[in-house]
Amino acid sequence: MLARGLKRKCWDSEEELAVRSYALQRQSLLDMSLVKLQLCHMLVEPNLCRSVLIANTVRQIQGEMTQDGAGRLAVPQDTGPAPLNCLVTTDILCHSAQDQGPRPDGGCFSKGSTDALARSLSSDPPSITAAQVPGHPPDSFWDLDSSRESRGSLQRSLDQIFETLESKSPGCVEEFLSDVDSPHCDLDTVLTDMVGSARAGPCDTLESLVPLAAPPPSPSCKADLGELDHIVEILVET
Amino acid sequence: MSATTGALGSGRSLQAGRASLASILQGPPRVPGAGRAPEGRCDAMPTPGVVLEQWTRILRGSGGQEFERQRWPGPGPHTHPPVSLPTADIISTVEFNHTGELLATGDKGGRVVIFQREPESKNAPHSQGEYDVYSTFQSHEPEFDYLKSLEIEEKINKIKWLPQQNAAHALLATNDKTIKLWKITERDKRPEGYNLKDEEGRLKDLSTVTSLQVPVLKPMELMVEVSPRRVFANGHTYHINSISVNSDCETYMSADDLRINLWHLAITDRSFNIVDIKPANMEDLAEVITASEFHPHHCNLFVYSSSKGSLRLCDMRAAALCDQHAKLFEEPEDPSNRSFFSEIISSVSDVKFSHSGRYMLTRDYLTVKVWDLNMEARPIETYQVHDYLRGKLCSLYESDCIFDKFECAWNGSDSVIMTGAYNNFFRMFDRNTKRDVTLEASRQSSKPRAVLKPRRVCAGGKRRRDDISVDSLDFSKKILHTAWHPAENIIAIAATNNLYIFQDKVNSEMQSRPGYTSLACWSQVGRGLEKHPEGGESGGVHGKTFTA
Repeated sequence: MLARGLKRKCWDSEEELAVRSYALQRQSLLDMSLVKLQLCHMLVEPNLCRSVLIANTVRQIQGEMTQDGAGRLAVPQDTGPAPLNCLVTTDILCHSAQDQGPRPDGGCFSKGSTDALARSLSSDPPSITAAQVPGHPPDSFWDLDSSRESRGSLQRSLDQIFETLESKSPGCVEEFLSDVDSPHCDLDTVLTDMVGSARAGPCDTLESLVPLAAPPPSPSCKADLGELDHIVEILVET
Repeated sequence: MSATTGALGSGRSLQAGRASLASILQGPPRVPGAGRAPEGRCDAMPTPGVVLEQWTRILRGSGGQEFERQRWPGPGPHTHPPVSLPTADIISTVEFNHTGELLATGDKGGRVVIFQREPESKNAPHSQGEYDVYSTFQSHEPEFDYLKSLEIEEKINKIKWLPQQNAAHALLATNDKTIKLWKITERDKRPEGYNLKDEEGRLKDLSTVTSLQVPVLKPMELMVEVSPRRVFANGHTYHINSISVNSDCETYMSADDLRINLWHLAITDRSFNIVDIKPANMEDLAEVITASEFHPHHCNLFVYSSSKGSLRLCDMRAAALCDQHAKLFEEPEDPSNRSFFSEIISSVSDVKFSHSGRYMLTRDYLTVKVWDLNMEARPIETYQVHDYLRGKLCSLYESDCIFDKFECAWNGSDSVIMTGAYNNFFRMFDRNTKRDVTLEASRQSSKPRAVLKPRRVCAGGKRRRDDISVDSLDFSKKILHTAWHPAENIIAIAATNNLYIFQDKVNSEMQSRPGYTSLACWSQVGRGLEKHPEGGESGGVHGKTFTA
């Protein structure tokens, strides 16, 4: 059983913070770029040079996220300690494309060390917006207190997860766009969806689970809401 | 809010059609009439409505540079208080002719204004060598592409003067799609004393004609006449970013994002494609052409720059299609400075050959570089224009400022190079002494006989009294277009809708320290021109009578 104090200490380590902020920065840059690409053609033909440069930036970020997904793990947002939910098994992820129903509680992996991952892959379907998917994989994966055994099994399952995600990521932007085919009349839905989809990154396996009219997000994604508000602010001002 | 809903609520921008980056790059499938700014109109309006139309367009919003400039002036690269400023008066290009006697400017409203240098006279020492309005005319009108349901902006992207071959002057002016050749002629005499017609041109009553007279040429008030002699249209699918007249004085080239065409000045219905970098699959598009120029002496050589920071020198003798470069100039990336924005800031916004033809000058977002044609591996000189922005790239990306295309210029002897920056600052670098200076183009600096004071931006560290901090820079005041007189130290700076002309002339009488002083300052306001300072000169249009 992990003492929370120890976990916090782990989070406060410089390396963790740096990795976390880098991942957040990168994610918000990706979001910004995708929004720019969407907004760039209004009345006059878009500036091709600008579009190409933004598209190249998007490709670069996605490429790096894919690489990172396979190796180093980024740190998710700090949304406070969550209940010790169990991890969703990789089985569920593999079936996600076909099975859009509520996901059962998967087999539990290990205890505290999988906290953050559990939060990211929560078994509560309505609370999963695309924002919660592993663009922010577990922060406490490297938790020093986890037992070697649990770490081993976790490692295996995570590898499986990221394999699945990796195979999907090259077509990420294309696939995300293909989901945004149907016209939206409600601006709020539009924006939620656009921003939510934009945050999918290399994780559109879970994103496909998200209904287009996203239900109100759980309190655990307040940080995402903050960013969403920021983007809405920018869009509304235009 | 309704504007935003109109833009997004229609679902048009989200209906990306083919779900791919390529479709974004090509634009979504257009619904006819859906893209027009004022609702319910399908035809391009004539000039009087242009300003209103453009303002409406701005209100509806876009993510592009023009929108940024209007909506988000003020301190910091990412703050946005709204302000109103008609865009048609914004100067979009500046160019001296080959002698420096004439200076042409083009603006976003499709108008060209030509200034002429007054001959220096002992009688009026204060107006020696000043530039005064010579002619203004409407070069391009806004058009509507019915096939793509898109507007074609009338903004003048580039003006290039043709070498003078007779008494008339000629220039090429281009917008995004069409290049026009304009001939500028002077008329200062008119015939008087016709036998059959009177002075007003009415036929005389023949009974009153008693003797024959020979018509005589009498001097009249100078009239400048401008006429479009050629229109080179339909040569480009993408937006023209540069034109360059060849040293053979018979051909010129025009470059858009993906292709470069070679034209003959006398032939308008045909052009030859000499560079084509469009990939077979638009999804693979990763690089575009950003600027191009002919070599000043060798009529077979030209260079073009790309968005990835490379320069390609091509020889037209090698093949009809110059996709294979003769030389590739590329600097290897500095791994210590690598970021997500590395590629964007390496994109070359302007390339200029030196007058000697031996060197090339390039401008990317943070630096200007001098390249030797004989060395492809790296530039021989690199100058930091505003390195203090390196830590602000993310917010500059957010505000689109990172996509601003600054121009650069050589002086007549290729010893000093100049380029613009933000906050109405422009920078000069002396290649020999390695000294540089930052100057500001503002109304303050345009007072007569006031020497421009060097400015300094402090990015932390010790701060002097008149320094500007990076955070208080005005990113809406950008100097994108500058030009240098071909022989003398006279520079033309375009700051939004103002044209500043400065001269470096040591006045022996005053024995003031050498520096740049204002030679003229003109503002474009409401499609008119105002001269500054106002004292002693009345506002309104100056210069000789002109006809378009």
